[in-house]
Parts: sequence; C-alpha cells; structure tokens
Amino acid sequence: MTTALIILPLAAALVVWLLPLPGRAVGSLALLAALAEVALWAVAVGGFDFERGLQLQDRQSWFSDLGVSYHVGFYGFSLFLAGLTVVVCTIAIAYAVWAGGDRGRAYHGLLLFLMGAIVGVFTAQDLLVFYAFFEAMLIPIYVLIGVWGGPRRLRATATFVIYTMAGSLLMLASIVVFGLSQDTFSLVDSGVSSNDWVFLGFLVAFAVKAPIFPFHGWLVDAYRESPPEVAAILSGVVSKAAVYGLLRIVIAKFPEPVEQYQAAIIAFATVGLIYASVLAFRAPDIRSVTAYSSMAQMGLIVIGLFSLNELGISGAIVQSVAHGLVSAILFLLAGMVEARTGTSAFVALGGMARGRPVLATLLMTTGIIALAVPGSVAFAGEFLILAGIYGVGWGWAAVGAAAIVLAAMYMLRLISAVLHTPRGIDALEDTPDVRRYELAILVPLVALLLVLSAWPASISERAFPLIADGQETEAAP
Amino acid sequence: MIPTPKVDWLALAPTLALLGASGTALLGSVLVPWWMRRVFTAFVAFAGFITAGVFAAVVFDESADGRSLIAESFTRDRLGALAALIVAGAGALTVLVSWGENRRDHVGEYYALLAAAGAGMVFFVTASNLMTLFLGLEWFSIALYVLCAMDTHREESLESGLKYLIVGAFGSAVLLFGSALVYGATGEIGFSEIAAAGAGDDVLLLAGLAMLIAGLGFKASAAPFHMWTPDVYQGAPTSVTAFMSAATKVAALVLTLRLLVVGFPDQEHLWTVAIAVIAIVSLAVGNLAALVQRDVKRLLAYSSVSHAGFMLIAVAANNELGGRALLYYLIPYGAMSIGSFAVVAARERELQAPVTLENLGGLGWERPFLGAAMWVFMLGFMGMPLTGGLIGKFYVFSAAYEAGWWWLIVAGVIATAISLYYYLGIVRALYVRPAAALEPAVAGGSPPLDPLLHTAVFLSVGVTIGSFFFVQPLIDVARDAAASLPF
Repeated sequence: MTTALIILPLAAALVVWLLPLPGRAVGSLALLAALAEVALWAVAVGGFDFERGLQLQDRQSWFSDLGVSYHVGFYGFSLFLAGLTVVVCTIAIAYAVWAGGDRGRAYHGLLLFLMGAIVGVFTAQDLLVFYAFFEAMLIPIYVLIGVWGGPRRLRATATFVIYTMAGSLLMLASIVVFGLSQDTFSLVDSGVSSNDWVFLGFLVAFAVKAPIFPFHGWLVDAYRESPPEVAAILSGVVSKAAVYGLLRIVIAKFPEPVEQYQAAIIAFATVGLIYASVLAFRAPDIRSVTAYSSMAQMGLIVIGLFSLNELGISGAIVQSVAHGLVSAILFLLAGMVEARTGTSAFVALGGMARGRPVLATLLMTTGIIALAVPGSVAFAGEFLILAGIYGVGWGWAAVGAAAIVLAAMYMLRLISAVLHTPRGIDALEDTPDVRRYELAILVPLVALLLVLSAWPASISERAFPLIADGQETEAAP
Repeated sequence: MIPTPKVDWLALAPTLALLGASGTALLGSVLVPWWMRRVFTAFVAFAGFITAGVFAAVVFDESADGRSLIAESFTRDRLGALAALIVAGAGALTVLVSWGENRRDHVGEYYALLAAAGAGMVFFVTASNLMTLFLGLEWFSIALYVLCAMDTHREESLESGLKYLIVGAFGSAVLLFGSALVYGATGEIGFSEIAAAGAGDDVLLLAGLAMLIAGLGFKASAAPFHMWTPDVYQGAPTSVTAFMSAATKVAALVLTLRLLVVGFPDQEHLWTVAIAVIAIVSLAVGNLAALVQRDVKRLLAYSSVSHAGFMLIAVAANNELGGRALLYYLIPYGAMSIGSFAVVAARERELQAPVTLENLGGLGWERPFLGAAMWVFMLGFMGMPLTGGLIGKFYVFSAAYEAGWWWLIVAGVIATAISLYYYLGIVRALYVRPAAALEPAVAGGSPPLDPLLHTAVFLSVGVTIGSFFFVQPLIDVARDAAASLPF
C-alpha cells in the first residue's frame, strides 16, 4: 500500500517523460495521476488505525551485510504529512496545467517525481531509504527552479543546493556512524544513541531544510525565483521533511543530546521566529512576505517539536498541515497576481479588492487563517504549541505569543497592500478577477483549511507519534 | 619427451582471448580489404572483450579458493576474475563508443591495441609477483601510449601520447626501482613471500614500498601523481579516454589493494597512513582543480582524480569491508566514466570541436536521451540516490568508519560537497544555459545517429541505476572477490 503510494507518481513521471504526448494531454495525464494518488491516500487513511503505531508497512532487504532494507510505513503523523503532500502537489500540478509554460512533459514529469520522493521521505523507516528520498527531492527541485525559475534563478539554485547538500552530506556521515554502531540502519530496530556529533549532523541537515535560523540563507532566493507552484511545494511540503526528520530521527533516536540541547534549539527557533516575522513585515512583495512567514512558522513548529510533550508535538503537526496549506495558497495567489500584473511588489499593487471580489475573498480568508485568529486551524496549532512550550518554560511561551502578534502585523500588511491601499501602477482598472479554473484550483485548499478550522481535532487527536522503536511491532506483511 | 609444467589454461583464458583478438585484428588490418576493415576489426575486438568477460565469469565461478599458478607468478582467484570482468565490460563498451569515430587510417591497429591493452590489464590484475606486476603494467601502458597518440593529425593527441609516455615511463621506472629495493631487502619477488620474509621495518624495504605505491599511484592517477591526467585525458581520442578512466583505474586500484594487503601486512601501520594521505590529497586536488575547468574532458579528468581518492579511502581502511567497498565502487564508477565520456564524444563528433561547458549548452533539450544520461552520470559522480554512486560512497564511508578513521569520512564529505559545484555546472550547462551560438556542424544538417554509442550510453545508464537497486547481488560478488585477500 505504502509502496504503491510512492511508486504511482514515480511511474507516472516516467510515463509522462517517455510518451510523446502533446502539451494538453500531458497536463491532463499528470493531473489524473495526481488525483489517483490523492484517492490512494484516502484509501490508506481508511485502512489506518490511529490507535496503533507503525502501519501499512512494506519491508524488503536491500543489502543485508550492513543491515539496510527498503522499509516504509506510516505513523499517524506521517499520514497527515503525506496527505498534505499529495494535496498540495496535486493542486500545484493543476496550477501548472493552467499556467501552461514550455516543455510541459519535462515539467510535469519532474513535479510527479518530486511528489513521489516527498511521500517516500514521509514514510521511510530506514535511514538509507530516508536519505535516498531526502536527496531525491533535490534532483527535480534543482531543475524546476533552474530551468523554469525567475531571472535570478542560477544564483537561487546554486545557494539552495549548496546549503541543503552540505547539510545532507553531514547527515550521510551521521547515518553511517549511527547505523554501523547500531548494526542496523532500520529506524524501527535501532536503539538510541547519545553521540553528540552524530546528533548534530542530523540536526544541521534538518535545520537547513526547515530552515531554522541561522541556516536560512537559501530561503528567499529560492522561494522568490521558483515558479509559483514550485514555491508552493517547497515551502508547503518540502520544508516539512525537516519536521519528519526531527521527529522520527532526532527526537526519537537521540533523547539524551536532545534534552541537553533543548534550550539552545528552542532559543535558535525563537530567534528565527521573531527575526523572520520582522523581516516579513519589511519585505517588499507577496512572495518575500510568504517566504519569511514560512520561516517564522517553521520556527514555531520546531519550538513545538522540541517542547517534547504531547501537546507541543501534536500542535507542531497541526501547524505543519495548516502552514503547508496556507503558504501553498499564498504562493499560488502570488502567481496569479503576477500573471495579471507582472509583479508581486506591493508598491506596484494595491486597491485590487474593488471589482475583484473573488480574489479579495480568497486572500482575505487565507490571510485571516494565517494570522491565527481564534477559531482557525492555525490558532489551534499555535495554541497547542504554546501550551506545550509552556510546560518547558513560561518565558518561551510569552515570546512565542508575542511572535503571533507580529504574524498578525505582517499578514494584515500583506492583505492591505494588495487589496486596499491606493492603486499602484501595475494594478490596472481592468485587471481581471480570479477566473473559474483558478477558483477550482484554490477552492479545495481553502475549503480544506476551513474544514480543519472547524475540526482541528481531526489531526491533533490522531497525530501524536506513538513511536515505539526497538520493540516488537506488527509483522510486515 | 620434455616435462612441462601443467598450465591452467582456464585461468589464462581471458588474457588469451584478448590477445587472440588483438592478433586477429592486427592481421585483419593487413589482410582484410579496406572497406570492411573497420567492421571486421571492431567486431573482433568486441568479441574478444565479450569472450574474455565470459571466461572471467567462469573463472570467478570456479575459483572459490584462490591459488597461485606458473611458478607463483600470478593468481587465479575471484578478485582477479572480478576485476577482469569489469575491465572486459569497459572494453566492450569502449568498442561501441569508438565505432562512430570514423577513423580513416590505422583503424585496425586501433582495435588491436585496445584489445592488447585489455589483455594487459586482465593479466596485470592477477599478478602475484613483482616481475609479472611490472610486465603487466608495461604491457597495457605501452598499448595505451600509442592509443593516446592515435589521432596523428591532432597536435593535442600527439602531445597527450608523448606526455603519457614520458610521465608513465617515469612512473614505471620508479615502480621498477621500488621492486628492486624490495627484492634487495627480502630476497623475494612473490607478494606472499615478501610478507613471509618478515623484513619488518627495514629501511630498504620501506623505501621500496613507498616507490611501489608511487608507481601504482601514477597509473591510478592519484594526486600527487596525477599531473599527466588532465592533459592526457584531454588530448587523447575521447573513446580512449573513456577506456583509460574506467579500466586503468580498475586495474591499478585492484592491484594496489592486492599488493599491499598480500605483500605488506607487517607494514600496515605505515602504508594505511600513506594511502590515506594520498586519498585526501587526491580528493583536495581533484575537486579544487575541477572547479575552474571549462573543458569538459579536463573537468572529468580531475573528477577521476577525486574518485581515485574516494576509492583509496577504501584501500586505506585495510579491512574486508574496504575491499568490498572498492570492488563495488568500481562497477558504477566504470559505467559512469565510460558513459560520460561517450556523451562527450557524441557532442564532439557533432561539433567537430572540443567540448566545453559553453558549447554543451542546450544539449539536454536537443538530445533528450544523451542529456538525461549525462545527468544520471553526474548524479552518480555526486553520489546522489538512484545511482550506484550513493551506495559506493556509503560503503567507502562505512569501511573508513569500521577502520576507525572518522576523519577520512569528514574529508570525503567535504570533497563531495565541493564536487557538487562542478557536476551541477555540467547539469546547468545541459539544461539551464541557453544554447550558445554554435558553429554549425561541418557536414550541415543534423548529424547521423550513432546507435552503437547510444547503446553504450544506455548500458552505462543501466549499470549506474541498476547498481542502486540491485546492491545485494553486486555486493555478494564483491564480498566473494574481497574474500580472496588475507585481511
């Protein structure tokens, strides 16, 4: 089942690459495959028992002398992250179909490949499998930004790849040391370790991916130069690979070092949260605001994870899903605005609410949810995170709460700068409103946000990991 | 009747098959009418490599226990058989790549020399005393010197051949001098007898050991013995470069492992450090120098220096896992090398000019297959997933960890991080850069498709990706081969 979830998009990618289909047909085929993937995920949810730990496992020895096996399966929280992945990627493909663009076969194939790799990351139960998928994500992203990105794409891809690969190579060294000292690379069979260096290798890799302050140098360029749908996947989903890694590897395998470094990690995350919020408030365009807000939210999520209690971790998962949806919508909206006006800079926009009610409604709804008004899913997530971190120290909770006020400030600034301030030079009178097809792309995401806002417990009550490694789990089928 | 020693023909079969092919090709280049000379000699060389590969596989299958042959001058064991198999595979792919070169003269000699070089390497990897070592080394080297200078109408090719000849001869001389010193110290030339002589830390022996390592380092193009590599790789005909980068490296590294492990177990504390240092220097020099290259063949030459560094890490580990790591690594590495030089060759034939990062621009979109293949090879060199390169690095690092040399892992990680820049530079040239203002191909119109070269590239991609998914069978073979050494 899990393997099917990984293979389907990868196989679809191959088909898209190899079959010489015309542009339109390629888009439809890719979209169809993505929808099938969503359906498959829904089936997986149907067969999942949230009361138990690792399920839907597939296990096959890869090479036995070092104890590496292809082992995938789902925990409750990874099922939600995978759900976020398939939904956001499907919407991204739908957006790509709408946006057109050249070399459609290569493009859609890469998007599908990326989708499969991310699902693989969220299900990996073996360190080398995890590493393989983690790195495999990078291959399509590099080309997606490098070929279809904005004018400064070369710089963006170079920074992005060098940052992330430096992190992941440290992780490879850590994996080797951890796996050989444990005699197995399986995440399920291995015990815990208290080696600080190995711990730091993993931590840095995920800190770059998230990113956590001070490893965020690649962030803005990458998010600003990507095509909008790729930026949506990057900030919405790929950054969550760090969440999975922190939770499944760092917190589960290194209890001692985690406890030792807990305060430092939370401190860095908090600094990142405040710093990114301030930057977001000063940022000049929709994409940069979304990029920095993304970094701020990742800081908050990391704070939740490292509160190391059920409340905080559940909150982090809720917030991961909420933020994934929010930032995907914002990037896609930014793309739609750019397609109309040629820019997403605030000085050139403004006054777009008049005569464009649909755009205004969508942006308003998403923005309001993003700034965590009570009753929204983001509020639920942040509340849980703050409650969790309160258990560690009330000071952290106070700073975190202050950061939420900052979130309100930058989000309201974004909304008013696009919708309400006097009209800028590029926001013309006859700039069209969001059309029907675009609406069909965005409404599912917004609807999902509203549903989750009404019922955040659907995630928070089911997300806590129940990781029980080194103990007997149900036999793989 | 004169008593003769019993000859194990099976153990000699791979070498003899290639020698036979070489001789037949040479005869063919005289006796066969000119218009079918190319077909005939290429086919004979290809058949020779395939036959040698089949024989090597049989030897591998039937030599669970290694034994010495013909006055203990060479060994029949799985290590040699596996190395011979890889060399034969590399040779067969090289013939496919060479076919489209449209050589007008010396075509028969070209294939004859290629088969002769292959025969030398196949013999060399089984050497078990210093004389056969030197004999095998010179055998394939002389063939390669001529092959490098084969394009007599190109100055760079002549330069490449001459440079390789001079530096190579110097390397061989050092090796020979080292052998003499070792013989002087121990009175033995057989690897295992040298170990048994127990000369300990005799200065003569250590000097000889150092010179042997240096001499083999020349052939493996490990820094600081790599100076010839970029010039020779750049100037030689591209298909010869492909063969050298894959097969010579296999031969030199496998024999280094055999010589050090079998011959010098008592000096282990010294040579492991020496090899580790050479590995680190190779990683540093190869990667840093590659950063500034614009010529793709030169860039790949430096990349091969850095990969020699990676593989020497496995040798320095001096444990069974290290042997396994080296032998595994050589398989995807050989495929990636030949494949990437084949893509360069294809571009070169199209443009009739040296391939640089500039005129590689847009290849990925013009030639989707070659572009995607080159991308796969670069991912493999980087050690990215879906290629055997990742598993190779993983094994090398594991071996270093097991030997307790964590700083070799750190060096490898840093080197890999640096290497990303230039490997991705090639990917960027393929896909991201707009096609530069290209000189139109001389012939005009789109150049003819080269199905044999495409087959070679396809097979290389297959090995590169296949070695990622099917690690277990390959590692089993590598373990059997490594088990023939007394770690």
